[in-house]
Amino acid sequence: MGKKHSSDGAGHAEHPKWMQHHFDTPSQQFASSKMGMWLFLATEVLLFAGLFCAYAVYRANHMEMFVFGHQFLDVKWGAINTCVLLFSSLTAAWSVRAAQVGQKTLMIVLLFLTMCCGGGFMAIKYVEYSHKIHDGLLWGTQYKPTGHAAEVIHGEEAHAAGDLGGAHGRVDAGHTEAEQVAAIEAAHGAKAAGDAKAAGDAHTAGDAHAAGDGNATTAAPPAEAGAMHATELPADVLAIDAAERSATQPAAIGPRGLVPVAETDAAHAEAGGHHWEGPIPDNVHIFFGIYFGMTGLHGIHVLIGMIILGWLIYRALKNDFSPEYFTPVDLGVLYWHLVDLIWIFLFPLLYLIG
Amino acid sequence: MSHGHDSEQVGHIVPLWLLFGVFFALIILTALTVWTATHLHLGAFNIWLALIIASMKATLVALFFMHLIWDKPYNGIVLVGAFMFVILFLGISLMDTAENMPDMYEGPAPAVATE
Repeated sequence: MGKKHSSDGAGHAEHPKWMQHHFDTPSQQFASSKMGMWLFLATEVLLFAGLFCAYAVYRANHMEMFVFGHQFLDVKWGAINTCVLLFSSLTAAWSVRAAQVGQKTLMIVLLFLTMCCGGGFMAIKYVEYSHKIHDGLLWGTQYKPTGHAAEVIHGEEAHAAGDLGGAHGRVDAGHTEAEQVAAIEAAHGAKAAGDAKAAGDAHTAGDAHAAGDGNATTAAPPAEAGAMHATELPADVLAIDAAERSATQPAAIGPRGLVPVAETDAAHAEAGGHHWEGPIPDNVHIFFGIYFGMTGLHGIHVLIGMIILGWLIYRALKNDFSPEYFTPVDLGVLYWHLVDLIWIFLFPLLYLIG
Repeated sequence: MSHGHDSEQVGHIVPLWLLFGVFFALIILTALTVWTATHLHLGAFNIWLALIIASMKATLVALFFMHLIWDKPYNGIVLVGAFMFVILFLGISLMDTAENMPDMYEGPAPAVATE
């Protein structure tokens, strides 16, 4: 170590302070740093791939969820945000050019403009997010449509009744017990209610589709099957010993996977300026889960990118960069371009679903 | 060993007309993807059209804004390699989910032995 240092010591005089000893030329150092950045960007692509995979699998299986859910996203805001990010990419790429040709003031102005575009993007995202939060169009159990969104999803009467349900949001008030029984009997092999209740999951079992799925194990009178739609477990089920109830295998009685679209649930809805006809799909909360997961992770990247740009401006003001050395500017801008690249795919996939 | 940092140009300087040209091409492609999604009804092909346009935009950004066209091929191979793995990941996941047959057996799920 000491020997290496002394042998390299002579280099100090001829090397600029940013030049590392183990590189021959600034170009070689620049190319090496850039290669490291590209390897990092590859991991970023793979990080987002997990969310894109969730998107692809859910979309392949439940397209209706996406077609319905995306109508609550505003194409106008999405398109404006795309243009904001594209413009920021232009200013970012231009700032690298300015660094290369020694236009320091222009470089700082362009980096600042890029950062402002990031701020604009986040401001628009804030408008979109607060709209979704206001309407209760959120992920999983937080999916509780209210106001206009509730009217669209549950229909006017349901809204008036204030019966907006929970995560599943299914309002079965309009169905008579006879209808429910018929639906259950129509399903192949479905006969049971007792064990469904025994699962202790009144919420799932109380869903007509869960019962109609035919995943029941024991026979029970149809009348009792109709009672499954009660939100609470009936007294006779509660009377069953708790240990005995839990012995029932949930897989045998619960709905498998996502519940299918209900034929009886046809509704006419206005969403995002579109007229929606046909059944309102179940599990729309999964679309919003994916929407918030993908745009949220992307938004975090925008914020990190803005911090990096701010740091680059600070370094530039300190006169750290020159046409020979601008590696941090180039790599920071590469990160910014990647954020843009991800959004280029997110925009059509989330906002422009047929 | 020559250091040559006074004479050697670090990185490729992209001409301004090219930067602006790429930017306008990206804006036009954005308008195109919005238009095709809202006015063209091609059914299942819409998603592929949207993805083709998005890939074109991504290629423009990667080649010119991210300098890949002037870099040594290694950086491009890293990016393309990452995308290949993404396609592998998504492709196999989609193949798997397409093979799922929840209705293979009719009727109730088989009873599970309990102790």
